[in-house]
Amino acid sequence: MSPPGHSRRRRANLPLLFLVPVLMFGFGYLMVPIYNAFCDLTGLNGKTGTLSVTEAAKLEADEDRLVKVEFTGSLNQYAPWEFAPREASMMVHPGRQYKTSYVATNRLDRSLVGQAVPSVSPGRAATHFNKTECFCFVQQEFGPGETRDMPVVFIVDPALPRNVDTVTLSYTFFNVTEQAVN
Amino acid sequence: MNAATTDTHHDDHHDHGPAPGLMRWVTTTNHKDIGTLYLWFSLIMFFIGGAMALVIRTELFQPGLQVVDPQFFNTMTTMHALVMIFGVIMPAFVGLANWMVPIMVGAPDMALPRMNNWSFWILPFGFAMMLSTLFMEGGGPAAGWTLYPPLSLQGGSGFPFLIFSIHILGISSIMGAINIVATIMNLRAPGMTFMKMPLFVWTWFITAYLLIAVMPVLAGAVTMLLTDKYFGTAFFTAGGGGDPVMFQHIFWFFGHPEVYILILPSFGVVSEIIPTFSRKRLFGYSSMVYATASIAFLSFIVWAHHMFTVGMPVSGALFFMFATMLIAVPTGVKVFNWVATMWRGAMTFETPMLYALGFVIMFTIGGFSGVMLALVPVDFQYHDTYFVVAHFHYVLVPGSIFAIIGAVYYWLPKWTGKMYDEKWGKIHFWTSTFFVNLLFFPMHFVGLAGMPRRIPDYAVQFADFNAIATIGAFGFGFSQLIFVYVVVKCIRGGEKATDQVWEGAEGLEWTLSSPPPYHSFTEQPVVK
Repeated sequence: MSPPGHSRRRRANLPLLFLVPVLMFGFGYLMVPIYNAFCDLTGLNGKTGTLSVTEAAKLEADEDRLVKVEFTGSLNQYAPWEFAPREASMMVHPGRQYKTSYVATNRLDRSLVGQAVPSVSPGRAATHFNKTECFCFVQQEFGPGETRDMPVVFIVDPALPRNVDTVTLSYTFFNVTEQAVN
Repeated sequence: MNAATTDTHHDDHHDHGPAPGLMRWVTTTNHKDIGTLYLWFSLIMFFIGGAMALVIRTELFQPGLQVVDPQFFNTMTTMHALVMIFGVIMPAFVGLANWMVPIMVGAPDMALPRMNNWSFWILPFGFAMMLSTLFMEGGGPAAGWTLYPPLSLQGGSGFPFLIFSIHILGISSIMGAINIVATIMNLRAPGMTFMKMPLFVWTWFITAYLLIAVMPVLAGAVTMLLTDKYFGTAFFTAGGGGDPVMFQHIFWFFGHPEVYILILPSFGVVSEIIPTFSRKRLFGYSSMVYATASIAFLSFIVWAHHMFTVGMPVSGALFFMFATMLIAVPTGVKVFNWVATMWRGAMTFETPMLYALGFVIMFTIGGFSGVMLALVPVDFQYHDTYFVVAHFHYVLVPGSIFAIIGAVYYWLPKWTGKMYDEKWGKIHFWTSTFFVNLLFFPMHFVGLAGMPRRIPDYAVQFADFNAIATIGAFGFGFSQLIFVYVVVKCIRGGEKATDQVWEGAEGLEWTLSSPPPYHSFTEQPVVK
């Protein structure tokens, strides 16, 4: 199809044209880790900080400052539990480790598997809120009618912005029995 | 499909004519045949999608639930959108591109004719699959065309059929787009430099790149939905550590370029029609090209304005708000260029020109409501109301659809070799314009007053405007039968059209005979 006198014109590179859709399909999937990294970095979506236990032990407690930490718990659709924090709120010193717990009761007479998903607001406080131990790290199995306390150990980074005096930790409890069986 | 009517369409070709019979349409690799198939296909889908819209408007004629149950209502809003976007506007523009791009750049055919055949013929199968979900257990998709999880994952057994049909439609449009890019880059006539290409070719060139870039992203997003539902992945399932909001980001990263895929070729059509009937050259040709390119670029960085209410930080909302408002600048350049083209032109008002003028005025109304929706503080009020419905229907119906109809009237004498009935064309324009405004303008008012979209019932204070909109919907729907009448009448016979057809028309397509020979430009034209 090459007409005379056309050799120097820019021509469509067909393999490249077919490669672009394949790469863009991959890019769609690449957006998942990009999104997660972006949320981790900025604390958007309430993604919490990632201090390890040893790192947390090195933090110096700020005895002059008190921050209020509120706890909420909610259930997703089709999650037949009762689920609530033991304490509605605590006054904490940044840099010191605290422990609290949530309590959940299976309302059915068969075994269920639940998974809690945490979120911290406001977003700019989220990266400074670290959980060193949390029931949200693993799936929770409940026997029929079982009630159980589930502990959370957390530490607020002293680098928490000065203008934040209340941090809310919220858990949503999901029923993942079907996925867990599979 | 309509073989009886389309067959007569090409009967008067003299040499190198196609083989007769139905198999001609199945095996054809001819760009005109495939363009014709695309256009008939989208016309049929236009009436299917329109019937769905009339179900919606019938239910909304009065407050309360009277005609359909809410689940089916939601199915109708979802399917109406999918059919109109993927089955009407996109195939119609690809059909126009198939017909016109080769003869506008002086090529004998499309660059990849066999792939062209395939990219059309998988479409009817994709849509058969999509429409078949209506008869399946659990009904068709009812979570809106945006398919937001978790709602979209709660549908019936039709869900995987919907996903696979979206894959097929995506593959079809990607192949169509690759073909158009290859044709434009490789088969231009000597002397036809990039900056001498007609604007319809330019806008399609840019649209094709948008398609190649974003349709695969949609395919990826719906594949993730599929694996979330059936294979235990947790991309969007919060219980497994996924995030439903992430779907909205991925979807709209496709979705916003997609809305420009639906409008950029109309800019091209209008930029062809207005100079012809103003008997002047297009004002600001190069600024039109650059404006199209900048709209295409900006479309990649504004997606989150569809989701201001998900709770994004102020800095993010501000960025997306300003980037969105920036799009008004190149769009404004285009509108002013069209107006400047008409300025002191020797204008006449044949049907294509009426449609182009209707486009410029009514698309601009939709553009203005778009700027209103771009403003974060007020968007919180407008979000998910009928104001949004009014906005995107103004840019898509008197925008894209009017441009497509205008293009058909403009090039129909070239395609068939006969003039269409001007009187009935004008009647079609005026009834369409009257009823389309009766249909969509009241939606601005009920939307501002707080009527939510995608809900089959509404508060009684919205009753009057909804009744008016429903009357407009039926009027607009039945007006389109006039269009079918005019097109069929023109194919069957009519006054012989000249090669140039329109007095002020310029471009390679008007140097060919009307109708053009089966193989366009067997000898390459030279553009000076």
